[in-house]
Amino acid sequence: MRFLVMVKATKDSENGVLPTEKDFAEMGKYNEELIKAGVLLAAEGLQPSSKGARVRFSGPRRTVIDGPFSETKELVAGFWLWQVKSLEEAIEWVKRCPNPMAGDSEIEIRQVFEAEDFGDALTPEVRALYKDGIRHTSQKA
Amino acid sequence: MSDTHRAIDAVWRIESARLIAGLARIVGDVGLAEDLAQDALVAALERWPESGIPDNPGAWLMATAKHRAIDMHRRSKRIERKHEEIGHELDTQQEMTVADLDAAIDDDIGDDLLRLIFTACHPVLSTEARVALTLRLLGGLTTDEIARAFLIPEATVAQRIVRAKRTLSEARVPFEVPRGADRDARLSSVLGVIYLVFNEGYSATAGDDWTRPALCEDALRLGRILAELTPNEAEVHGLVALMELQSSRLRARTGPSGEPILLLDQDRGRWDQLLIRRGLTALARAEQLGGARGPYALQAAIVACHARARAADETDWERIVALYDALAELTPSPIVELNRAVAVSMAYGPAAGLKLVDALGGEPALKKYHLLPSVRGDLLLKLGRLSEARPEFEHAASLTRNARERELLLDRARSCLNGTSPQ
Repeated sequence: MRFLVMVKATKDSENGVLPTEKDFAEMGKYNEELIKAGVLLAAEGLQPSSKGARVRFSGPRRTVIDGPFSETKELVAGFWLWQVKSLEEAIEWVKRCPNPMAGDSEIEIRQVFEAEDFGDALTPEVRALYKDGIRHTSQKA
Repeated sequence: MSDTHRAIDAVWRIESARLIAGLARIVGDVGLAEDLAQDALVAALERWPESGIPDNPGAWLMATAKHRAIDMHRRSKRIERKHEEIGHELDTQQEMTVADLDAAIDDDIGDDLLRLIFTACHPVLSTEARVALTLRLLGGLTTDEIARAFLIPEATVAQRIVRAKRTLSEARVPFEVPRGADRDARLSSVLGVIYLVFNEGYSATAGDDWTRPALCEDALRLGRILAELTPNEAEVHGLVALMELQSSRLRARTGPSGEPILLLDQDRGRWDQLLIRRGLTALARAEQLGGARGPYALQAAIVACHARARAADETDWERIVALYDALAELTPSPIVELNRAVAVSMAYGPAAGLKLVDALGGEPALKKYHLLPSVRGDLLLKLGRLSEARPEFEHAASLTRNARERELLLDRARSCLNGTSPQ
């Protein structure tokens, strides 16, 4: 199972206040633990929303809205992609994370869809992709 | 299962290998170490639902296990010698805080984990025993999970594990990391176990499902952990590269109703680019360490050729043939020859491939291997020799134990009858 683990933004992170050297070191150690445990797939920090944009969809209309965005607590400041066996394991790992921000903060955990989860959503159109059949070698796929 | 139980399960998955490894170093016996660890788990299951999960669950479990060891000694002389060591350790740690204890464990934990991996894969054990023990002690899988993974009875797995521990005890296998002349062969054994588990998940040899992705994840995780513990071993990175790259195709290998989709027919948009990137990085690391010609690195390089091709017809088959040439020289085997024949047929035409396949006809090792007639049938089909192709597919179908694969092959046999492409 894979999970997207998101550090939520704070006023500081939105104002471009960078973590201290000590914070970086502690977070670095934590990431190392994740790597040593074979759990970490990806990790990135996101720049403040002032450097970003949104695109709003309404029927055929596309509207571009420049950052910054006001709902600080709902914004994502950084993320990991982890491979673990359960939500509980993801939670346990998150609990071991050093404080991601100065002051109070939040980390959100969301499970990634795997192919099996889509089930019946794979429609006849998708089946048609395989209609041509298995025509090539039997080399181990 | 309650929330707390699930949370405790998660803690166990994170902590159990290190716990067992640390205890094994202290008591010198893997079986005893696991018993002590299990006792600590039982204690956790009793206490934590009420008291909550401690801030440092690993340290709690280790301390509890050590106390159990002392309790056990009071009833048995078996570990009398060890008691002094444990007792001494505990005495000197009376004044220590949890943090101190944790630091003491951490210092050695990498080495201990490595010792545990090598011990679980010790050549004195049969391959099945190594697999069961590794999945149990390092993967944190329950006996039931291991049994279901390999479609064997739980009792068989339990027995295998008990006997494996006893064999290690009786042979007085030292709890250590092998060095010198021994090391390469021992490492090879470890890599073999991990890859065996991976393969069972990647293309299940039996049962109803074509793949069992969870097993691939378990193997991949073990490989990644090992790569961190032995960063200078090229073949470890080679194996990890191979597994990351093969895993990248898992989502594309099965169709909507679970039927197998062969490599060249897969929707490459469903290949996991993140895993491909990780695989190519691991392969580069292996090559930087001078290990480009190692068997796992070569296999990974072959898979990398596929991964780099955005479409099937962009595949660099000639490079693949060259890699198989190198692999055949290094680890000659009929199966490598068969795969090479397929690559040759793609690079130089089905007739060239068929020549090589025909040369393998008498190979005793391939007598029961379903892919030999399957490949032969395929090449004959391409050459328009349908009436010769059909019996090959039927023969292949009779040889495979995997239900999905059998359906696929019978389908191809039927299509030879009507002279049409299989649906």
